Amino acid sequence: MSVELETTTSTVRGAAPPPADRAAAQRKRRRRGYALFAAFAFPNLALIAVFAYWPIIANLYLSLTNWDFISPEPLFIGLTNYTSLLASPSFHKVLWVSLVWVVVVVGISLVLGVLLAALFSKKLPGTSVVTGIVFTPHVVSGAAIAVVWLFIFDPNYGLARVLFNLVGADSPNWTTDADWALPALLIVSIWKGVGFVAIVYLAGIQGLPSDVLEAARLDGAGPVQVFLRVILPLLSPTTFFLVITQTIAAFQAFDIIAIMTDGGPASSTTTLSWFIYEQAFMRSNVGYSAAAGTVMFVILMVITALQFRFVEKKVHY
Amino acid sequence: MANPTTTRPSPPPNRAAASGDPGAPPGPRRRPSALRRNWWGLLLLIAVGLVFLIPLYMLLTTAFKTNAEIYTWPLKWLPSQFTGDNLAQAWEIAPFGAFIKNSLIVTAVGATLKVVLAIFAAYAFAFLPFPGKKWLFVAMLGALMVPGHVTLLVNYITMGNLGMINTYAGLILPGVASAFGTFLLRQHFLSLPSEVFEAAEVDGAGHLRRLLSFTLPMSIPAVATVALVAVIDEWNNFVWPLIITNSVNMRTLPIGLMYLKSNDGLTNWGVLMAGTLIVVLPMLLVFLFAQRYIVTGLTGAAAGNGR
Repeated sequence: MSVELETTTSTVRGAAPPPADRAAAQRKRRRRGYALFAAFAFPNLALIAVFAYWPIIANLYLSLTNWDFISPEPLFIGLTNYTSLLASPSFHKVLWVSLVWVVVVVGISLVLGVLLAALFSKKLPGTSVVTGIVFTPHVVSGAAIAVVWLFIFDPNYGLARVLFNLVGADSPNWTTDADWALPALLIVSIWKGVGFVAIVYLAGIQGLPSDVLEAARLDGAGPVQVFLRVILPLLSPTTFFLVITQTIAAFQAFDIIAIMTDGGPASSTTTLSWFIYEQAFMRSNVGYSAAAGTVMFVILMVITALQFRFVEKKVHY
Repeated sequence: MANPTTTRPSPPPNRAAASGDPGAPPGPRRRPSALRRNWWGLLLLIAVGLVFLIPLYMLLTTAFKTNAEIYTWPLKWLPSQFTGDNLAQAWEIAPFGAFIKNSLIVTAVGATLKVVLAIFAAYAFAFLPFPGKKWLFVAMLGALMVPGHVTLLVNYITMGNLGMINTYAGLILPGVASAFGTFLLRQHFLSLPSEVFEAAEVDGAGHLRRLLSFTLPMSIPAVATVALVAVIDEWNNFVWPLIITNSVNMRTLPIGLMYLKSNDGLTNWGVLMAGTLIVVLPMLLVFLFAQRYIVTGLTGAAAGNGR
């Protein structure tokens, strides 16, 4: 579609127009630029408008209705979905599970990630191979990872049983026991994500000014002191970036839940993202799901707004 | 990647000797002391490597173990025989050929469209004038902050209205616009030397030629990064294909795994692992050969909350 516009542009070729015409030529060129811009950028912008922005508006409307996909029109019911969500103990539990999920996954991934990065930054032989291996789970399908871990957690034939047998205990029924299912999923989620955190931290450590570290060492600080008092504070922008991005990712964790537990047993692994899916696509409670979606949207917007506030202030201690 | 022996910390051969530094003590004396100083670090490194390799090792071996050896305790680390039965059985239980075909189509078409659209949009935002361009750019980047889960429901309804449920178009279309890819490529285009573009303009090259014969050839690494990330995202995508397809024959590989997993708790692990291996292997190979581009791409993508 843009080819046609292109050939017309090339008529401006070479020759310097007399000064009087120059302004007119420039205007013409500018207008051609507009047309080309529209042609080049339109598909992308249109798709973003339809599949990213429109859903926010439409979702807000759907959240005020009662609908089951089948009946001809969504029925307007005002804020009923929101009031019943907020009054529902099962939704409180969903929020609680999401909170636990996010805090545990983000917290542990960050601590393990920065320690791994510190190890990797020592440049021991074999480091680059291990770094690659640790990053691998970030590249492969979460569904596949969930399947592998489902087998590891198999109480009879799974690898996890080895560890329990070492201390003379029986392996629990990880994914079917309401007390063990959430921890199992958290382990998988951390295992999948920690390599990414480590790599981002590693890049941060490698970007640190070496003279500062040198000075600290000359002042007689031991490696642990240098790490805690110098490296960690200097990495605070990286930490902040990771807290935000990992929090958003953790809120949307889905494939691990879908493969391993379907949100169960007894809703013990139903996070907000599973709840949104379950209400809409398994129970056809469109309005209810949309209202839960708004809750997620608001939570993530608040987190993103915080990000901008802090980034402006440049987190440095 | 799946070979556990690669974690063995092979010390670089004679680093001190190779450096040719006359002041350095002879190689053989120096290295052992460095190793002794760092033995705990090396042990830790090996342990970390194992924690991430063992699940992959389990996947690989279980996929080729006989049932007799899968369902035995204590666990058999080394299978005494390898069998292709699990793979064959996976094909019988579910239309695995169709899953693979669907995944290949969605990945190839989806990633290609994504890259092409991003290239054109990036060029437009970098070099072409438009009233309100800045505003449009911000609006585009704002899409990165829209959580994917909030858009699922309405996108499903939209695709329903377009009659695209359970079609390739429905699988591909909503993921094709990439704000992050556009952003990354635009930044790259702007960093290219402007002399080249001026020369091209003097030569009378129009914008399309400037894009195809000057900008793109100078941007191959950046385009490769965007393309690889797109391939990985499309191949691994789970929740959208789960929602938008409803017949077995339209499912993609990650969803197909669910057909191999029985819901009564009596999962046939060998078969399930064989299917999982098919899902994992292509991306492992891609990663093995293009690690550098993928790491910059994925860490960069997260910088925009892209996922």
